Amino acid sequence: MPHAVAVTVNGTSYPREIEPTLLLVEYLRETLGLTGTHVGCDTSQCGACTVLVDGRATKACTMLAVQADGAEVITIEGLAKNGDMHPIQRAFAKEHALQCGFCTPGLMITAVDFLERNPSPSDAEIRHAIKGNLCRCTGYHNIVNAIRSASAEMRQSAGARPKVAAEVKR
Amino acid sequence: MITHPFTYQAPTTIEEAVRALGGAGEAKVIAGGHSLLPLMKLGLAQPEMLVDLRRIASLGEIRTEADGTIAIGALATHRVITHDQTVRAKLTALAEAAGEVGDLQVRARGTIGGSLAHADPAADEPAPTIAFDATIRAVGPKGQRDIRARDYFKGTFETALAANEILVEIRFPAQPARTGSAYAKFAHPASRFAVTGVAAVVTIKSDGSVERAALGVTGAAAAAYRATEAERALTGTKGDAKAIAAAAAKAADGITALSDLVASSEYRKHLVTVYARRAIERAIERARA
Ligand SMILES: Cc1cc2nc3c(=O)[nH]c(=O)nc-3n(C[C@H](O)[C@H](O)[C@H](O)COP(=O)(O)OP(=O)(O)OC[C@H]3O[C@@H](n4cnc5c(N)ncnc54)[C@H](O)[C@@H]3O)c2cc1C
Ligand code: FES
Ligand code: FES
Repeated sequence: MPHAVAVTVNGTSYPREIEPTLLLVEYLRETLGLTGTHVGCDTSQCGACTVLVDGRATKACTMLAVQADGAEVITIEGLAKNGDMHPIQRAFAKEHALQCGFCTPGLMITAVDFLERNPSPSDAEIRHAIKGNLCRCTGYHNIVNAIRSASAEMRQSAGARPKVAAEVKR
Repeated sequence: MITHPFTYQAPTTIEEAVRALGGAGEAKVIAGGHSLLPLMKLGLAQPEMLVDLRRIASLGEIRTEADGTIAIGALATHRVITHDQTVRAKLTALAEAAGEVGDLQVRARGTIGGSLAHADPAADEPAPTIAFDATIRAVGPKGQRDIRARDYFKGTFETALAANEILVEIRFPAQPARTGSAYAKFAHPASRFAVTGVAAVVTIKSDGSVERAALGVTGAAAAAYRATEAERALTGTKGDAKAIAAAAAKAADGITALSDLVASSEYRKHLVTVYARRAIERAIERARA
């Protein structure tokens, strides 16, 4: 039996009738056509499907879309503002932190959640934060460099740039 | 992808949720979904109805009661528990265990209630739950009941919870002054689950000797257990390196250890003694601080 849900995605509310079996990642990709969020494993291992749900990095393959009713979701498509890339996006490009790009949206979303709570992380903390995101091409070295470099830029522009998601309790 | 159809509801009160569970067909609670949804994708769980607890706001709270009991709502996520100031200060081993669960995204969704209801033998939070002598509060059609954590874990994926009961909170009694705790884990290199995890809770006397010790061990046997031989061995000692090593050496006594590709039962037993020693050392350091 379909359920009426309204999920706010990248600032726009989308009322839709959906089946309870529909995963959040299927809702984003297939119902809304937002294919920037990827599906790697569909078994909650790889993190390619990571999006922010009420400010928290979440594997969208391991959440039902009906569970996101009323929630605020930010996907990779929502990071840039008015054509201006988010610091994490610029840093991934600058540090060569991607090759095929499959893991990249998930890694950037995880990094955004992490950096908004921990603005000056150590490399060890960065590596701990991205444990749930697998990259099969780049090796993690440049990814860690990119997250560190984004953290510096985000600290400098703190206040100038609105947080991507409303502040949530942890 | 989930192919097996089910109906879904998200009631706003515990009473409604209990009623929904008792309705026709196989109904299951869903909390964070981080154990249940993977099972449903594999077809290993095929509930006809999901009862989502997410709208029951009271289930997400962490409260300190007048007598010092810390009541953690079933829906508190691993992430919230990791960062909660009260839990970090008073139930340090629990905050550490929650912070070691899976990865950042898993901790954002998965809940302590779900972890204890699911009762994976390699789950982290059962270890501090039994070491702190917590009580599991459940609500069913006949009302509310409290289950001592030690009587709660029955075996692999088996607990004292009935299918029509909802775990509502985990109640941690106030710990005496001069108590320290710690969690030490050997994580599975791929899944991050505990191959071995030991929670130590130690109270010391003013002269520095050990007044009371509790050790909860997960990952090693079919269910989390209290290492009572090791606890006895540590109690009354000076809590020095020699006493700690002697006690930790007994932490796997009498168990039937699990065995898999990552660790044979013999190796697991060895890991238990090593991680018991590390957990006890840090717990005593904190009790003395
Ligand atoms: C990639 C990955 C890695 C993980 N790594 C670890 C790890 O290292 N350590 C670890 O401990 N865990 C790990 N987990 C499991 C994780 O901790 C889960 O969050 C937890 O086991 C279940 O909690 P949940 O809220 O997601 O429960 P759900 O999946 O929603 O439910 C699990 C089961 O419990 C029942 N249930 C849930 N809540 C209640 C309730 N309040 N009352 C009655 N029944 C209830 C459900 O009906 C279901 O049967 C991992 C999971 C994933 C996907
Ligand atoms: S697709 Fe969700 S974790 Fe891999
Ligand atoms: S860039 Fe290809 S998987 Fe990470």
